[in-house]
Amino acid sequence: MSATQRLKLENIVKEYPGCRANDGIDLIVEAGEIHALLGENGAGKSTLMKVIYGLVQPDEGQMFWNGKPVQVANPAEARGMGIGMVFQHFSLFETLTVAENIALGLPAYEARDRAKLEERIREVSAHYGMALDPRRYVSTLSVGERQRVEIVRCLIQESTLLILDEPTSVLTPQEVTTLFATLRKLSAEGCSILFISHKLEEVRALCDNATVLRHGRVSGDCRPAEISATDIARLMVGEDTPISTRVTSAQPGELLLEAKNLSWRCDDPFGTSLNKVSFNLRRGEIVGIAGVAGNGQDELLKALSGEVRVDAGSLEFDGRRIETLTPDQRRGSGVAIVPEERLGRGAVPGMTLADNALLTASGQGLVQKGMIRFGRVREFCRNVIDRFDVRCNGETSTAGSLSGGNLQKYIIGREALQNPKLLVASHPTWGVDVGSAVAIHEALIRLRDEGAAILLISEDLDELYQLCNRMGALCGGRLSPLAEASDLSIEQLGQWMAGEFGSEEASHVAA
Amino acid sequence: MEMLTNILAATVVAGTPLLLVALGELICERSGILNLGQEGMMLMGAVAGFIAALSSGSLLVGLIAAIATGVAMSLFFGFMAITLAANQYAAGLALTIFGTGLSAFVGSGFVGNSIEGFTRVAIPVLSDIPVIGRVLFDQDPLVYVSFIACAGVAFFISRTRGGLILRAVGEDPDAANANGLKVQAVRYMAVAFGGGMAGLAGAYLSLAYTPMWTENMTAGRGWIALALVVFATWRPGRLLLGAYLFGAASILHLVLQGLGWNSPTELLAMLPYVVTILMLVLLSWDPARTRLNTPLSLGQPYRPSH
Amino acid sequence: MLQLERRPVDSALMRWASPVLALVLTVITGFVLFLAMGRDPVEGLRFFFITPISDVIGLAELGLKMAPLLLCAAGLTVCYRARLWNIGAEGHFLMGALGASVVAVQFLEADGFWVLPLVLLAGVLAGVLWAAIAAGLKTHLHCNEILTTIMLNYIALNFLLYAVHGPLKDPYGFGFPQSVMFGDSSLLPALIPGTRLHIGLAFGLLAAVAVWVMFARSFVGFQLNVIGQDHRAADFAGFSARRLTWLAFLVGGATAGLAGASEVTGPIGQLVPQVSPGYGYTAIIVVFLGRMHALGIIAASALLALTFLGGEMLQIAMNMPKAVTGLFQGLLLFYLLTCDALIHYRIRFRHRARESKVMTPSTAAGEA
Repeated sequence: MSATQRLKLENIVKEYPGCRANDGIDLIVEAGEIHALLGENGAGKSTLMKVIYGLVQPDEGQMFWNGKPVQVANPAEARGMGIGMVFQHFSLFETLTVAENIALGLPAYEARDRAKLEERIREVSAHYGMALDPRRYVSTLSVGERQRVEIVRCLIQESTLLILDEPTSVLTPQEVTTLFATLRKLSAEGCSILFISHKLEEVRALCDNATVLRHGRVSGDCRPAEISATDIARLMVGEDTPISTRVTSAQPGELLLEAKNLSWRCDDPFGTSLNKVSFNLRRGEIVGIAGVAGNGQDELLKALSGEVRVDAGSLEFDGRRIETLTPDQRRGSGVAIVPEERLGRGAVPGMTLADNALLTASGQGLVQKGMIRFGRVREFCRNVIDRFDVRCNGETSTAGSLSGGNLQKYIIGREALQNPKLLVASHPTWGVDVGSAVAIHEALIRLRDEGAAILLISEDLDELYQLCNRMGALCGGRLSPLAEASDLSIEQLGQWMAGEFGSEEASHVAA
Repeated sequence: MEMLTNILAATVVAGTPLLLVALGELICERSGILNLGQEGMMLMGAVAGFIAALSSGSLLVGLIAAIATGVAMSLFFGFMAITLAANQYAAGLALTIFGTGLSAFVGSGFVGNSIEGFTRVAIPVLSDIPVIGRVLFDQDPLVYVSFIACAGVAFFISRTRGGLILRAVGEDPDAANANGLKVQAVRYMAVAFGGGMAGLAGAYLSLAYTPMWTENMTAGRGWIALALVVFATWRPGRLLLGAYLFGAASILHLVLQGLGWNSPTELLAMLPYVVTILMLVLLSWDPARTRLNTPLSLGQPYRPSH
Repeated sequence: MLQLERRPVDSALMRWASPVLALVLTVITGFVLFLAMGRDPVEGLRFFFITPISDVIGLAELGLKMAPLLLCAAGLTVCYRARLWNIGAEGHFLMGALGASVVAVQFLEADGFWVLPLVLLAGVLAGVLWAAIAAGLKTHLHCNEILTTIMLNYIALNFLLYAVHGPLKDPYGFGFPQSVMFGDSSLLPALIPGTRLHIGLAFGLLAAVAVWVMFARSFVGFQLNVIGQDHRAADFAGFSARRLTWLAFLVGGATAGLAGASEVTGPIGQLVPQVSPGYGYTAIIVVFLGRMHALGIIAASALLALTFLGGEMLQIAMNMPKAVTGLFQGLLLFYLLTCDALIHYRIRFRHRARESKVMTPSTAAGEA
């Protein structure tokens, strides 16, 4: 057994009720190697990394650490061994300072001397080019900075294996470059990195080796730099699933929506306020809004849906002012919304698909004199299921029992069948399998070609470039100017995402 | 002056049971668990403390019995709210309804008995300070216990690693779990502390405030304590202030009667409850203000994934 | 080892089996308690559960106690479906009783069919007013409804005490704190002649049917369900939380107010301090036990009504404290919530030992 094998997994099996998340997975990560773990949503990546980190106990299989068989009972043990983990949803506490957050992950005796700890945080973060002030409260940090806290925390714990779960999905392109430099430096110093992602180009640029998962099994190992992205994608999804959408060119029509200086002050001290957001939308076009999460995307969506009433600014939609209308009034006039959270906002998890149809489609003749017309509800619901290929056990399935992709198809279908003039979709393919993502993209394009305007809010720049006619970025509740997607370089977009646009410029374009 | 001193001293006494139970609930809520069973636990503490003290002849035994009973009650709640991840509102209500019923049942044979309760113990030197001496340092021992508990809770939350862990668990149990903190264990401890303090507060009523047992003798103090924790925005210092404010409200009708103000007692007896509502209004009308200290996971069922 | 495992889908069977299981566990606990106190458990349970309803008079008494429970529970169901934790039914009830009494004592001698509806209406309005305070505090001032409603309960009780000690006190009542007996035209007609059972029970059953229609058929019932299950989905759909909150509270206040009015115009015939033995609180248990469903709350209100009768019976027949009623109710709710865990989880016995207990590395990785 080679001494350089930092981590070795043999035949890891983890079964959940109704699903075998890991089905005999083998994996080897060498010392100092940057190893990619690839696979689409639901392939078993996150279960596997929870196994490695001790959050989940495997049903079968053996893990070796530096050549010795081990059993990791909990995350504290994993960290004691030298395994560090950066979650996609950071495990940081907003009301605590950076130093306090890091102290929580350390054994009590190491965390006691707060001054010494702060000094170490400064040292380590400076050494890897990720400057951090240990006294700042996490709630005041940007998403990129929070990720640094997570990484620095692992480094202070002297991790020799760093697991990063989709680390780039929350970063601007420039931040990604910085992160990669840090990771390369770490790897050069002998730290192994397990890089979990589904972004193939990034993996090809960064990783030495890759293991690809599909349906809980290893579908292949490869050196990503040496094979094409399409080949890797095939390993991820198999032969039968389409992996890309054919995007036809758009024929934008007349002006449909004109938002002028939308402003909204957020009461929540940790929230984002909207600051003079202006843009317009024409029929038959898709406009994309990029940006790192938490920069006002959700607030913008709510301002458009009517869930919040803007403090200032105007919304002119199809020739009438709608900024004071309630969500159901706006829906009645042709605005459809697909929110980011599928479960718990777009759909009620414990309710049936039929009931969930009623959630937004009650205006389609499903309610008469205050009483529900169940026959029509079922009919509408079946229509969505058939037309949008939602895989489920009929209209009585609960929303919570559907996979992410199928539920998203259902929600998009529910909105699309109401013939909206405007569809606002937030992160429609986030956490969705590739097949469903393609179907969702096609549904959006179909709607566009039928003359609807679509506002697509997404963190996935590939998706935006693929679908959008015009694009801009939100940062700190302000919107950059919109530019033709074909003329917009990724560097320029990255700068916009980081907030580098003059406010005069923004208002100039809007005017 | 004499009169004012006496009123202030009585205010402290009336505020003490509120302070004790609210301190326990504060710790409990900081861990993310909302226990609406305070009233039930207090009643059980009061009856257990009284029976134990009466039959053993020792007030200390009474206190220990009260605390143990409170802890035991809270563990029932903990099992439902933490292990079974049941709805915390319902589980807390169940605890109150159960505790009210059980305490009346257990105590039915003891109504009408009385014991020699805790008496005032003046602290040398300090009690000689004018006014303050009488108000703060010439009280029964449990009042001093409440001072120490308040300072201890404040120190624990803001200065110790345990307090840091408690706050972390209350803010985000998922993240705490990912950080390797034992969320369920921390919450059980917090709930048990809350139970012990509620038991102690109950014992204060039946062993010091009015040394006897009557059905429902807590008269909503457990509920007022819950409002008090909101009022204090989860900070022990403000809790102290709030408890005495409510203490003052609850003795006001006695004061007014003492002044010869002849208004119906039933209307004046409403005062603590009206004050509670007013306090809630003052604190809650701007939701953003309470947001900063609110334990974010408060009241939400949580089970770590396996 | 015993383990709870999340079910992929909630168990519909356990939803309804859980209350039955809870009742069985409560009876078993009661059996053990009687044994522990040196009483005959079989006889004790018989006195509690069977003797009170072994004749028509007993059944009528059961219906009499069911009426207020069912009315309060119907209103609370509307609130709890929307996850509005209104525990103020007791207060609404007391205010309803007080409001009805205030009007009833004005018409002691009046004769007319209109007197009773007027008296009942006064009760309903008083209950609605009391609930409206809590609703306003919730929707406009963001106050937690649990705390405000419980405080309003205490305030209502003190109002009632004030009334019977003061303005409504019967001057010829030998100093007892109670109102005069109401005139005949203010009294509810009997449902079964020769018993005390009055048409209050019919009000209760009607309320249960209305609740059933509301949640099985109407869009507003659907909206209340959505707001209860998922607040953000309700916002997203554009259901007005403010409007629905008011609706739920007002319905809760109206039914509990009617219950209070029916109590003073029914079996009691005057306002007394102990007009409610805790109906408003017991109704909370009824709602949970009845699964927030019309049929369920009818069955549950009968069971809980029995606990009142059983407690009285034990007091008379076995000289036990009346508080046994509260104990029984508390146990029942406790077991119910525990059994409810089985809706979401199943119990698994795990004894699969891992093939080889391998060394766990690093002693430094101590407890956090």
